[in-house]
Amino acid sequence: MSHDAQVYVRSQTEFEYIKQKRRKDMRNQITTFGIMIFLTLISFTAVAADFSVYLIVPVILLLAAIQVVLQLYYFMHMSEKNHQVVAFFLYSAVMLAFTFILTFLTIIWWG
Amino acid sequence: MSSIAKKKGFGATIWDYLTTVDHKKIAVMYLAAGGLFFVIGGIEAMLIRIQLAQPDNDFVSAGLFNEIITMHGTTMIFLAAMPILFGFMNAVMPLQIGARDVAFPFLNALGFWLFLFGGIFLNLSWFMGGAPDAGWTSYASLSLASPGHGIDFYALGLQIAGAGTYIGGINFLVTIINMRAPGMTYMRMPLFTWTTFVASALILFAFPPLTIGLFFLILDRMFGGNFFDHTMGGNTIIWEHLFWIFGHPEVYILILPAFGIFSEIFALFSRKRLFGYSSMVFATVLIGFLGFMVWAHHMFTVGLGPTANAIFAVATMAIAVPTGMKIFNWLLTIWGGSIKVTTPMLYALGFIPSFVAGGVTGIMQAAAPLDYQLHDSYFIVAHFHYVIVGGVVLAILAAVHLYWPLMFNQMLSEKLGKWTFWFFFIGFHLTFFIQHFLGLMGMPRRVFTFGANQGWDLFNLISSIGAAFMAVGVIILVVNIIITVVKNVPAGNDPWEDGRTLEWAIPQPVPFYNFKQTPLVRGLDTFWIEKQEGNKVGMTYAEPLSDIHMPNNSFIPFVMTLGLFIAAFGALYHGEKDWAIPVLVLGIAITVGSMAVRSIKDDHGFHIHKEDLMNDKGGK
Ligand code: HEM
Ligand SMILES: [Cu+2]
Repeated sequence: MSHDAQVYVRSQTEFEYIKQKRRKDMRNQITTFGIMIFLTLISFTAVAADFSVYLIVPVILLLAAIQVVLQLYYFMHMSEKNHQVVAFFLYSAVMLAFTFILTFLTIIWWG
Repeated sequence: MSSIAKKKGFGATIWDYLTTVDHKKIAVMYLAAGGLFFVIGGIEAMLIRIQLAQPDNDFVSAGLFNEIITMHGTTMIFLAAMPILFGFMNAVMPLQIGARDVAFPFLNALGFWLFLFGGIFLNLSWFMGGAPDAGWTSYASLSLASPGHGIDFYALGLQIAGAGTYIGGINFLVTIINMRAPGMTYMRMPLFTWTTFVASALILFAFPPLTIGLFFLILDRMFGGNFFDHTMGGNTIIWEHLFWIFGHPEVYILILPAFGIFSEIFALFSRKRLFGYSSMVFATVLIGFLGFMVWAHHMFTVGLGPTANAIFAVATMAIAVPTGMKIFNWLLTIWGGSIKVTTPMLYALGFIPSFVAGGVTGIMQAAAPLDYQLHDSYFIVAHFHYVIVGGVVLAILAAVHLYWPLMFNQMLSEKLGKWTFWFFFIGFHLTFFIQHFLGLMGMPRRVFTFGANQGWDLFNLISSIGAAFMAVGVIILVVNIIITVVKNVPAGNDPWEDGRTLEWAIPQPVPFYNFKQTPLVRGLDTFWIEKQEGNKVGMTYAEPLSDIHMPNNSFIPFVMTLGLFIAAFGALYHGEKDWAIPVLVLGIAITVGSMAVRSIKDDHGFHIHKEDLMNDKGGK
């Protein structure tokens, strides 16, 4: 251990603040978790109910995209501060992947 | 005190390097291994030019010629240029941002060993039944039909080396994002750090497509897959796309660090702040993005259709804009500067016209209709050598001279350095300028010989003479290095006298913990600012002297890599030799086992104590 290690004692107000914030985070996570289970149920029902494939596929893809976003923001903490760099890299990757897939579809498989 | 510097024996030194996690030692290993591969690739280049020096030559056979050009390209790109640049990134970048090491020292070592073992594996093909022979691009229609194991060596070797590069890239990214000293904001980072950052981001996004492509190739060739076999419902074009989605960003992974090196040199030896710093950063990032949108310009003649060709042609030409911005910024940095023409500066001055010429031919090729004429001719060979040799290799040679005192506390001879430059520079233009015309006269690339009646004799001969000049230049450099190492005269810190960035402020030889106290960065060119204010130590400190936490050495990266190396032989001889599957399993077991050891065994590193740092030996 470093010789100069310092012990930092939180004040009562700080403590209260952190407690409140954690409680809020917890509530958010549980709500999101609920929503995600609900979305999953919709997808399964859509398949079980034998809807047309042209309905099921886009619906499931859409729901999946929503789930990815929820996952990132509420479980992987992207909604918190100081995550701009991560977000930047993530969106760059999404954009590049989109370009690649689009070109593959248009000039290899459909063309 | 866990690391006491004694006079070490030879064996102890070797062991030290085999287990080191210090970014400065890893940098030396990258430089040494990359330099060795550079020489091997150079010898292959000489063999090519000897074969093509006169018509109807039979110095090497057609098949051997294909192996030589394939190994020349693959070696130069993957095993020479990139690792040498990685060496400089490792040596310089942490010092530039005021960090004590990279973010993941263990992974840094792992990345190096993966590169080295991948490279060795690839080159073992020469002694084990023949090298790969389908070009460095290894188009599937050709490579699937190649007999023997050459292509298997290519696919497996690059997979291993590529994993190393990928790990290195991620490591640099995390280091630059998280380990900058206080005050080192993004917009105060030296340009070499910026270009390292963007090049690493390109590695992050460009290597996965290559990995996938190589896996498909491995499966197709060794395990009965059919991804690229059209008779089985596959599609050979997919390889071309995957390869070039990687391949074009790859050329920017090479050139961006070169741009960074030259930016440092121009500012340093013009003794002036880099002109247009923020536009340089912007251009670097923009090139990074555009670099991903243009890969199909390598495939204009494949038959993608006019719409696709037009889109990719326009996107390609757009890259010239940020590149042009950079060129003008460099010119304006020199303009009005108090210029010192040292060896590195000489390279930088030679770089501008050479690279511009390569850029212009690039734009010509980007015009799809014209590219139907130019494609697969010597014009292409001239283009990419103008950008890669005139850009990347000149930057590497410049950096060897520039950073040698930083890495080894010795100055290379300026006189010999200038001789190297002139031989290399003249040889380079002699070799490649004339190849533009060979291309326009119809000489296709990758042919092993040509006829006496085709009118290409003289130009090819001139080209070969130029190559000999370049070889002389490199030999002078090697001699220079040997003389300098034997003489071993300490250079001290700030050997160029006009250092601007943090790396030059560090006392020489650089202590293994880099900074006794973390520096406080007060602006762009922070060392320059301190010097202007008369600060003798060259740094303002951000913290009081306290214990320093350092990582322990580890032999595990080496063992982990060895496992993959062994496994690769198993995969290669799969279905042919009885021992193949056991060897494959054994290799993977070694790797997984050493990963487990690494995960289970806690290694907390050690501390250098404040008291030891305060005595005059500085903790050593
Ligand atoms: C202004 C910038 C550039 C443009 C517009 C450009 C354009 C092109 C085009 C259109 C081709 C394909 C030609 C063909 O095969 O028919 C090509 C090939 C090539 N370029 Fe560039 N280029 C540029 C810069 C660079 C840089 C900076 C590098 C490397 C540092 C580079 C390396 C290569 C290589 C290696 C090839 C040949 C690949 C092969 O077929 O083996 N280029 N370039
Ligand atoms: Cu390209």
